[in-house]
Amino acid sequence: MQTFQYTKAASIDKALGAASGAKFIAGGTTLVDLMKLSVEKPSGLVDINLLPLDKVETLPNGGLRIGAMVRNSDLAWNAEVQKNYAVLSQALLSGASPQLRNMATTGGNLLQRTRCVYFREPSAGTPGGYGCNKRTPGSGCAAMEGFNRMHAVLGTSDKCIATHPSDMCVAMAALEATIQTEGPKGKRTIAFADFHKVPGDTPHLENALEPGELVTYVDLPKPVEGAKSVYLKLRDRASYEFALASCAVVAKVEGGRIRYARVAMGGVGTKPWRSHEAEAALMGKAANAETFRHAAEAALKDAKPHGENAFKVELAKRCVVRTLKMATA
Amino acid sequence: MSTSPDSIIGRATPRIDGPLKTTGAAEYAADFHFEGMAHAVTVGATIASGRITKLDTATAESMPGVLLVLHHGNIGPLYRTVPGDDSATNSEVRSPFEDEVVRHWGQHVAVVVAETLEQATAAAAAVKVEYALEAANVRLKLDDFKGERKTISDRGDVDQAFDDAPVKVDQTYVTPVETHNPIEMHASVVRWDGDRVTLYETSQGVMNHRAVMAQVLGLPLENVRVVTRFLGSGFGGKLFPWPHAAMAAVAARKLNRPVKLSMTRRMMFSNVGYRPRTEQHIQLGATKEGKLLALRHEYLNNTSMLDDFDEGCGEATPYLYSVANLEVTGAQPRRNMGAPMWMRGPGAVPGLYALESGMNELADALDMDPLQLRLKNDAEKDESHDNIPFSSRHLRECLETGAKKFGWERRNAAIGSMRKDGKILGWGMAAASWVAVRLPCTATVEFCANGRLCVRCGTQDIGTGTYTIFAQVLHEKTGVPLDRIDVILGDSSLPSGPMSGGSMVTGSVLNAIADGANNAIKRLQQLAAATEGTPLHGAKLETVAFTEGRLHLKDQEASSGAHFADILGAAKLSRISAEGKTVPTWEDPKSKGFSLHSYGAQFVEVEWEPEIAKLRVSRVVTVIDAGKIINPAAAANQVAGAVVMGVGMGMLEETRYEQRTGQPINGNLADYLVATCADTPDIDVTFLDYPDPIMGEYGARGVGEIGLAGVAAAITAAVHHATGVRVRELPVRIEHLLESKIVSV
Ligand SMILES: Cc1cc2nc3c(=O)[nH]c(=O)nc-3n(C[C@H](O)[C@H](O)[C@H](O)COP(=O)(O)OP(=O)(O)OC[C@H]3O[C@@H](n4cnc5c(N)ncnc54)[C@H](O)[C@@H]3O)c2cc1C
Repeated sequence: MQTFQYTKAASIDKALGAASGAKFIAGGTTLVDLMKLSVEKPSGLVDINLLPLDKVETLPNGGLRIGAMVRNSDLAWNAEVQKNYAVLSQALLSGASPQLRNMATTGGNLLQRTRCVYFREPSAGTPGGYGCNKRTPGSGCAAMEGFNRMHAVLGTSDKCIATHPSDMCVAMAALEATIQTEGPKGKRTIAFADFHKVPGDTPHLENALEPGELVTYVDLPKPVEGAKSVYLKLRDRASYEFALASCAVVAKVEGGRIRYARVAMGGVGTKPWRSHEAEAALMGKAANAETFRHAAEAALKDAKPHGENAFKVELAKRCVVRTLKMATA
Repeated sequence: MSTSPDSIIGRATPRIDGPLKTTGAAEYAADFHFEGMAHAVTVGATIASGRITKLDTATAESMPGVLLVLHHGNIGPLYRTVPGDDSATNSEVRSPFEDEVVRHWGQHVAVVVAETLEQATAAAAAVKVEYALEAANVRLKLDDFKGERKTISDRGDVDQAFDDAPVKVDQTYVTPVETHNPIEMHASVVRWDGDRVTLYETSQGVMNHRAVMAQVLGLPLENVRVVTRFLGSGFGGKLFPWPHAAMAAVAARKLNRPVKLSMTRRMMFSNVGYRPRTEQHIQLGATKEGKLLALRHEYLNNTSMLDDFDEGCGEATPYLYSVANLEVTGAQPRRNMGAPMWMRGPGAVPGLYALESGMNELADALDMDPLQLRLKNDAEKDESHDNIPFSSRHLRECLETGAKKFGWERRNAAIGSMRKDGKILGWGMAAASWVAVRLPCTATVEFCANGRLCVRCGTQDIGTGTYTIFAQVLHEKTGVPLDRIDVILGDSSLPSGPMSGGSMVTGSVLNAIADGANNAIKRLQQLAAATEGTPLHGAKLETVAFTEGRLHLKDQEASSGAHFADILGAAKLSRISAEGKTVPTWEDPKSKGFSLHSYGAQFVEVEWEPEIAKLRVSRVVTVIDAGKIINPAAAANQVAGAVVMGVGMGMLEETRYEQRTGQPINGNLADYLVATCADTPDIDVTFLDYPDPIMGEYGARGVGEIGLAGVAAAITAAVHHATGVRVRELPVRIEHLLESKIVSV
């Protein structure tokens, strides 16, 4: 049996003082699952539900500060978010189920792990189990030749093709959020683009956090005046499924031309996938179908399908085109 | 018999067991807890083919709380059931741990019993198993099958007729493995009392379950009792016992303690059945006017290495349409996969997907309305059985009523031509059918001195509303209000009742209950006439009437007589009861010589957004001819639920077997997609409600399965109509839709 120590941290300082090998537990909707599957075997759980990180506040610069413990539901229905960052609200509401969103937190969502079926097999990465370089570096990747319909086409390596599953993060990538953390070495600010890592040769290293470092806030910049933002998620069934392809767009059109564009994709990348290529293809161009298709082509230019997920390339393009159309309508 | 318009038979009646379920008071198998109960967790094979060379239980046995580890070496004697014994049908031929051969991934190789579930789970993970691996055959496709095919039905000369036919369809249709996913997991809670055993089971057939367990455990039948008070649905997966029940029973006997063994969702995908993959070759030949000339239906379904499971895809094919030349054959290639099991509408559901898809393609080849094609070929007699008449067939009316409700005449047959709210609409339709049989059974009806009325039958309510319709029948017969009627089911110690399978409970048991009620009333009347101190004492039997629970003289008001409770009181009896029986259709001279089936029509609309390859089933009109409908609310719930399952079959469900290990790799409800509430289309269910005179009292045929038949074929036709893409291998996926030439509205 996997035994672990459970403590409830009353303050950020107390939380940071936790022993190594311990993990923070927020909503628990990812972590408890993974513990049951023997994927995560923390020696301790530090419950951070009492920490005063459950507020959404306006920043002096006009941006928004989201506490790491703000529940996905609360964030999605926050009036400020709905008004100024619609893409974030839509992304959150497209994810999981109401029950899960009521538990899931901003920090936990940032750090949710891939849904690759091999990664989630209890014995993956052990001798006789499926190869999984995320679980045990060097053990191989069973998904390459296996059930990989859900897997990534962007940012993959020959070690790992696992998709980053979050919807929320795709919106945050397009919104150019920044992440505030506090760790044993103090506070720091991490740009969203630098937070999640592509697998490369080290797929087990998924993000920029140091051991024991706590996400305290996610900051959103001041809303871009006159911009519209949209999230679109495509999947097999109407609800309760991770994205096959999704897209977050923040765009501003003036005089028929695109003056501001931020494009990010979900369901197709090994991390929340910001596409500077698509943005470059949009800037200053006429907001029409041809431009959108060019942008979509640019976004998927480097896509590398593996077996069953080849369809995602075209699906993601269509997703980008449609989202751009909606955001510029 | 016919029922009056204000009868409770045919009236939408709320579930009498509803409050028990909504308050959590209903006890499902895994809810049973007993003093000193231990918990069992099984260890599954991680290979699909080979032999166990070493099973090391030492670590597991030394772990905290562990009481016992059972495996091939120590399970002791277990027996197979007698081949061909219909009263004791098992799911798997092999009894658990019978040998050290592994024939499918997940096969139980050991079971660990401990004080707590957590301890058992941890110890199960610590059992070390080594295998001598053998080549496994988990190949998805069955088209390499070279063996013999069994002829299921055959008339005329199909080869010649097909060759000569001016218009043809010659296609293969594939349905994937689908896994039963009732929300309630399979579970066994076993308690011994000396050499008697009680099993609290998730069973769709307590009588059969008892008979199997008696044979498997080597016990006299009367020493075994099986209880299933409530079932969180089964879809066929819980018809017959699975090996875990015997494993739990042996563990409980060895430990002399109650034992609970519950499946996990993951095990649901490997150890308790699934609808096998089918590959069905359909050949249809017709005249230019659309008259069928030839129909060939050759199906394959996979089975396991030891079990001979025939999905029976040709069930509906031989009688659905009028065609002079027909052949249906079937065969079952073996795979290193678990034993398949009937799933809602077995045979007919995948079979009709293929046949009705073929008919839709034929209509397109003929440039004919698919509705007209069906009407034109409607069968008047059962041509597969010497042209015997149908007991009650209204397929034509189903089709015509459905077409009208759906608005079929507004259909523009051109692909991608219909629009609504910026989306393309696709329309498709299919016919449906399902067998009807009345099974033998017994029920007892009992009038009690406390004024309550009770019916007992060894059948079970699998969530479909069986409790309620039994109460409806008693109310109709006696006038006793529903809240004074007790329906006792789900216990093998009750009078023998049928399995909840094949949509046969309603048609079977209602006869026995009605018969039992009539007999019990007769006995009450006799008692009243014979009992001093009642207003009826000394009356001639034929002058005694029974109205609304009261016995009185026929020519007087009911109020003049006495309530049955008072008569029992006067006679100093606690109760009076009588037995009722149902004669099975195959023994009833009245039903011999008739072809008994239910019919239906499915009309489906899909909405298609080509720009984003998004397709959703938006509207379904279903018309069902299933005889008399006893409780329209429960029946509509069954059919609507089946339609939703049809959306899953058409668009979502597929169990994927990892080719390197044979593991059902998407064995969880995140990766195995079933329809969610948000996928539920607008569903319009209509019952024709014609009593079937051959089915006996009330003329009901049962509605649990037919609603699923035809849905997938209607969906794929609608998909074709919207997108131009013909999907012949379910489910329809975005991958298929991206092939559409239509890329914008
Ligand atoms: C069935 C199901 C369906 C789902 N569907 C979707 C979907 O469609 N789209 C989608 O985007 N998501 C989906 N999710 C995932 C869901 O969004 C995440 O599980 C959730 O956001 C995680 O948040 P949590 O607070 O529960 O995290 P936890 O489980 O508590 O934690 C997750 C991880 O984050 C770490 N952590 C948590 N908070 C902090 C912090 N402040 N600082 C540092 N580390 C921290 C934990 O240590 C842990 O490693 C689904 C989940 C389930 C179970």
